[in-house]
Amino acid sequence: MDINKKYTPQSWPDHPETATMEGKNKFVGFWLLLAAESVTFASLFATYLALKDKGPSGMEFTAAGLFELPLVFAMTMILLTSSLTSVYAMYHMKNHNFKSMQAWLAVTVLLGAAFLGLEIYEFNHYVHLGFGFTNSAFSSAFYTLVGTHGAHVVFGLGWFIALMVRNAKRGLNTYNAPKFFLVSLYWHFIDVVWVFIFTVVYLMGVIG
Amino acid sequence: MSSIAKKSGFGATVWDYITSVDHKKIAILYLISGGLFFLIGGIEAMMIRIQLMKAGNDFLSAGTYNEVMTMHGTTMIFLAAMPLLLGFMNAIMPLQIGARDVAFPFLNSLGFWLFFFGGIFLNLSWFLGGAPDAGWTNYASLALASESHGIDFYALGLTISGFGTLISGINFLVTIINMRAPGMTYMRMPLFTWTTFVASALILLAFPPLTIAIFFMVFDRMFGSHFFDVAAGGNTIIWEHLFWIFGHPEVYILILPAFGIFSEIFAIFSRKRLFGYTALVFATILIGFYGFMVWAHHMFTVGLGPTANAIFALATMIIAVPTGVKIFNWLLTVWGGNVSFATPMLYAVGFIPSFVAGGVTGVMQAIAPLDYQLHDSYFIVAHFHYVIVGGVVLAIFAATHLYWPKMFGTMLSEKLGKITFWLFFIGFHLTFFIQHFLGLMGMPRRVYTFGANQGWDLFNAISSVGAIFMALGVIIMLVNIVLTTIKNERVGNDPWGDGRTLEWAIPSPPPFYNFAQTPLVRGLDTYWIEKMEGNKEGMIYAEPLGDIHMPNNSFIPVVMSFGLFVASFGALYHPDGYSWTIPVLVIGLLITFGSMLLRSLKDDLGFHIHKEDLIKDREGVKTDGHK
Amino acid sequence: MINGLKKWRLFTLMTALIFFLAGCGREEISTLIPAGGVAQDQFNLLLLSSAVMLFVIIVVTIVYVLAITKFRRSKLGEEMIPEQVEGSTKLEFLWTAIPIVLIIIIAIPTVYQTFDLADTRTMDVEAEDGSMTNLTVNVIAKLYWWEFEYPEQGIVTAQELVVPTDQRVYFNVVSADVKHSFWIPSIGGKIDANPENTNTFYLTFNQESSELEDGVFYGKCAELCGPSHALMDFKVKTMNSNDFDQWVASMKEEQTPPSDALAQTGEELFGADGLGCIGCHAVSGVGAGNVMAGPNLATFGDRNRVAGILEHNEENLKAWIKEPQDFKPGNQMPDVKSLNGGQDVSEQDLDALAAYLMTLTVEQ
Repeated sequence: MDINKKYTPQSWPDHPETATMEGKNKFVGFWLLLAAESVTFASLFATYLALKDKGPSGMEFTAAGLFELPLVFAMTMILLTSSLTSVYAMYHMKNHNFKSMQAWLAVTVLLGAAFLGLEIYEFNHYVHLGFGFTNSAFSSAFYTLVGTHGAHVVFGLGWFIALMVRNAKRGLNTYNAPKFFLVSLYWHFIDVVWVFIFTVVYLMGVIG
Repeated sequence: MSSIAKKSGFGATVWDYITSVDHKKIAILYLISGGLFFLIGGIEAMMIRIQLMKAGNDFLSAGTYNEVMTMHGTTMIFLAAMPLLLGFMNAIMPLQIGARDVAFPFLNSLGFWLFFFGGIFLNLSWFLGGAPDAGWTNYASLALASESHGIDFYALGLTISGFGTLISGINFLVTIINMRAPGMTYMRMPLFTWTTFVASALILLAFPPLTIAIFFMVFDRMFGSHFFDVAAGGNTIIWEHLFWIFGHPEVYILILPAFGIFSEIFAIFSRKRLFGYTALVFATILIGFYGFMVWAHHMFTVGLGPTANAIFALATMIIAVPTGVKIFNWLLTVWGGNVSFATPMLYAVGFIPSFVAGGVTGVMQAIAPLDYQLHDSYFIVAHFHYVIVGGVVLAIFAATHLYWPKMFGTMLSEKLGKITFWLFFIGFHLTFFIQHFLGLMGMPRRVYTFGANQGWDLFNAISSVGAIFMALGVIIMLVNIVLTTIKNERVGNDPWGDGRTLEWAIPSPPPFYNFAQTPLVRGLDTYWIEKMEGNKEGMIYAEPLGDIHMPNNSFIPVVMSFGLFVASFGALYHPDGYSWTIPVLVIGLLITFGSMLLRSLKDDLGFHIHKEDLIKDREGVKTDGHK
Repeated sequence: MINGLKKWRLFTLMTALIFFLAGCGREEISTLIPAGGVAQDQFNLLLLSSAVMLFVIIVVTIVYVLAITKFRRSKLGEEMIPEQVEGSTKLEFLWTAIPIVLIIIIAIPTVYQTFDLADTRTMDVEAEDGSMTNLTVNVIAKLYWWEFEYPEQGIVTAQELVVPTDQRVYFNVVSADVKHSFWIPSIGGKIDANPENTNTFYLTFNQESSELEDGVFYGKCAELCGPSHALMDFKVKTMNSNDFDQWVASMKEEQTPPSDALAQTGEELFGADGLGCIGCHAVSGVGAGNVMAGPNLATFGDRNRVAGILEHNEENLKAWIKEPQDFKPGNQMPDVKSLNGGQDVSEQDLDALAAYLMTLTVEQ
C-alpha cells in the first residue's frame, strides 16, 4: 500500500474502506467492538431498569416527575440528523469527493456538538433541581447510562475532528478511508443507543 | 543493510521485547508474566493449605486469610490461567492458520501491556495497605463494607487488565476470520484454533458486563454513587447477576482452549486424525453458546424463586451433553491409534479422569435442590478445582511441554516432565478429592479456620499434604525449564515426529515473518497430508516468494497502559480527600488518550522484507542449523 | 473361645461402623446424616445423582482403560501408522442420546423438588383457634451472630434456634448488614440472607437434639461476610411440641432476679448504671427482632457455646467479655475496658458479670 498514491474518482475502489487487508481487518474488528459495546449498554440498561425510581425512603425525584420530553425530543432529532449527514459524508467518500465529505463531516460534528451542549444543559438543570449523581440509586444509574452515552459522543467528536484535521491537506487514500468509515459507523451506533435511551429512559419514564 | 538484520546485546533484546508487536514474542511475554503470577498464586494456595492443615491454626490471621484467599482466586483466574492460555494462543494460533501475524499486531502488544499493568496494580495492594478481601467474586455488600483500599485495587486492576483481554479477544477473532491461509476453510481449522475462536467470542461478550459491574463498584466506593447501597435504593443482587453473566462464560474461556490443546495432543500422540472432528467443533460452539444461559446456577440460594432455579438447573444439565461428546471423541481418537506416552500425552491421559470427575460433580450441583446443600461448601471448592486444575492447569502444563520446542527451539526434559506430572497429578487428587467429603460433612468454604470436633480434622490434614506434592511438581518443572535453557539442544521443525498441523511445518522457533510464502491448505491436518504424500518441505505454497510487509515495533502500547496505571492511583486515593488525586487521574488519562491520538495521527506503514533477504535467510537456515 | 470370636466380630463391626461414621462426619453437622425432611430429600437426590454419575464413570473408565492399554506404541511398534478414521455418526448419536436420557432421569426429580422445597402455601394458614398451624421464625443475620424472632409468640432469642420437631418451620431470612447465608447442614440446604429482601423457606426437624452427643445441631454462615465469617456459628435445639410450648411460655415469663450476692453485683454491672451492657443486650425474651444492637441474652445460661464458638463456661465468658476481638475479629462488641471509661475491669467484677449471665435461663 502506497500512502502517496493519488487516486481519481475513476481509480478509486468501490469499497475503499475494505480495499486493503488492514481495512478489512479494521472493518471486521470494529463490528466486533460494537458487539461488545452493545453488551456494555445492555448491562447499563438492565441496571437502569432495575434501579429506576429506587432511592432512599422519602426520595423526591422519580422518572415521571423529572424528565421533560420536548428538550429530549429536540436532542433526538439533532442526533438522528447528524447520523444522516454522516451518511452523506460517506457517500462522498465512496465517490472520492474529499471536499464534500469534509463539509458533511463538519455538519455532523456541529450537530453532535449541539446535542452535547443540550445534554450538558439538561444535566446541569437536573443538578440544580437537586438531582445529582450521588442522590440515589436511581440518579446514579441514570447518570451512568446517559453519561456513558455522552462520553461516547465526546469521543466520537474528538475522533471526527482529529481525522478531518489530520487529513485536510492530503485528501483521501486507501489508508485513511477505513478510518473515516469506522468513525461514521461508530456515530451510527451512538445514534442507535440514543434511540434506546430516548425510548427506555425518557418515553417509558414519563409515560410508565 | 539487510531488512532482517538485528541489533544484539541484552539491552537491545529487552527493548525489542518491550516494543515488539510480533505475536511470538508477545506470547513469550505472556508466558513469563503469567508464569510469575502463577507462582504467586501458588504461594498463596500453599499459605491457605498451611492455615487449614489443622483445627484452630493461627498461621494467618482472619483478615490476612481473606486477603490471601481472595488474591489466590483472582490471581489464578485473571493473571495466571488466562494470560498463559493467551500466550499459547498467540504463539500457535497464527501459525496454525498459516498467517504472518495476528490482524492487529499493535493491539496485541497493547492487550499484553494492559494485562501486565493491571496485574501489577492489583498486586501492589499487598504493599499499599492491604489486598482485596471479599473473595474473587467480590460480592457487593461485603465489598462496599471492606475498609481498606484492597477492593479498589481489585476493581481498578481488573478494569485495566480486562480491557487488555477484550482487545486480545477481538484481535484473535479478526485474525481467524480474515487471515487464514488459502484453503484453510473453517472446517479445516485445527481444534486449538477453533477453541481460540469460540473462547475469543466469549471474551468479547462476557467481559463488558464485568467491566460495567466493576465500574459501578468503582463509582460506589470512590465517587459516591449508590448502585449497591441498599439504604439508598441500591441492589447488591445486580452485582451477582453481572458478575456471573461474565463469570460463567469465563469458565469456558478457560476450559475451551484447554480442550483445544488436548485435542491437538490426542491426535498427535495417537498418530491419528481426531475422531469426530465435526462433532468436536459443534460441541465447542454449543458449549460456548450455552455458557451464556446458565449464570444463575451460581445463584441458586439467592432466592430467585423456583421457576428461575428450575430453568437454570435444566439449562445447566444440557451442557453435560456436548462435554460428554467431547470426552468420547477423544477416547475414540486414542482407540485404534498408535499411542506414545510422551509428557504432553501423559497430561492428556491424566486430564480425562480428572475432568470427568469435575464434570459429574458439576451436574450434581446443577440439581438445584441438592445445590442448596453443596453451594458455598467445600464440595464446590473441590468441584471447581477439579475442572480448573484438572482441566486448565493440566492443559497449560501439557502445552508447555508440547509447544516449548516450537517457541524456543529446544525440548524440555521428558524425564523431569514425567516426574512433575506424577507429583502434580497425585498431589492434585490428594488435595481436592477429599474436599468433596469435607463439603458434604458441612464445612463451608472461605473459612479461615475451623473448630476441632466437627469431624473435619483428618481430611483437612490430608488435603494439605496433597498440596505439598503439587508444589514439588511445580518446582521440578521450574528446574526443568532452567536446565533445558542451559543445555539448549536445538531441534528441527517437527520435534515430536507426528505433528499434523501447519505450525510443525516451519522451523522451531519460526522466523519472525513466520511463513516466507503463504501456504496452500489442502485439508484438515494439512502438514500430515503433505508428509504422507512424501512432500519433504511439508507444505505447498499459495504464492511465489515476494516482499513481505511487516509492522513496526512500537513503544506506544506501554505508554498507553502506563497512563491507565497512573490514572488508577488518582481514582483509588480520591475518597481519602487528597488534593492531588484528581490531577493524577486527569494526567493518567491524558497520557493514555494522548498516546492514542499520537498513534492515530502518526502514519505507521511498517516496512518490507525484501525477497533477496528471504532467500538469504532461508539459505542461512540450511547452513546454520535452525538459527 | 466362641465367646471370644463373637466379641471379636462385634469389635470388627463396631470399628467398621466408626470408620463409616467418621467418613460421614458428625451427626450434628453432616449432610450425609440427614436429621430433617429437607436434608433427607436432598440426600436422596445426592444418592440418585451419584448412582447415575457412577454409571457414567464406569462406562468412561472401561473405554479409557482399554484405549490406553491396547494401543500403546510399545506394543504396536514405532513405524505403524494407524488408519485415519474420520468418525462415526452412529457412535456420535449414541453418546449424545444416552446422556440426554440420563439427564432426563435426574431432571424430573430436580424440577419436582425445586418447586416442592419452595412451597410456602401452608405458611400463613390459621388453625381453628386462630393460631398459626406452622411456626414461623424470622432470622436476622448480623455481623457474626444470628437473631431469631418468633413473631406470633412475641419472643426473640439469639445464637440458639429453638424449634419443635413435628411440624414444618418457616423461616424469613434477611440480613441487617452484609450478605450472609443460613445453613444447618444436617437439617437442610441453605438460603442466603440478603440485605435487600427477605427470603422465605421451610425446614423440618425430625430428631430431638437432646439425642445428639453435643445436644445441639450446628448451624453455619455459608457466605463470606468478613474476617469472622468462619466463626459465625449458631446452634439448633430441637424438641417435641410440648417441650417447645413450655419453652415459649417460660421465655415469656419475667426472669427471676438472681439470688446470690455475686450475681446480684453482676446484674448491677450489666445495667445502665454499671457498664451499660443492657444498652445492646436485652435479658428478657419478650420482644421483636432487629431492635437491639447485640444478641438477646435471655437464654444465655442454657447455651451450648459462648459467642457461638467457645465452650460454655465462665472462664471463656470472661475472656470473651474482656477481649471480644481476640475471638471474633471484626465483631461489633466493644471490649469491656472501653465501657468502663478506659479503666481495666477487676477480676471480681468480671466474675460477677459471668455469674449473673449464667443465671439467665429459661430451661429449668
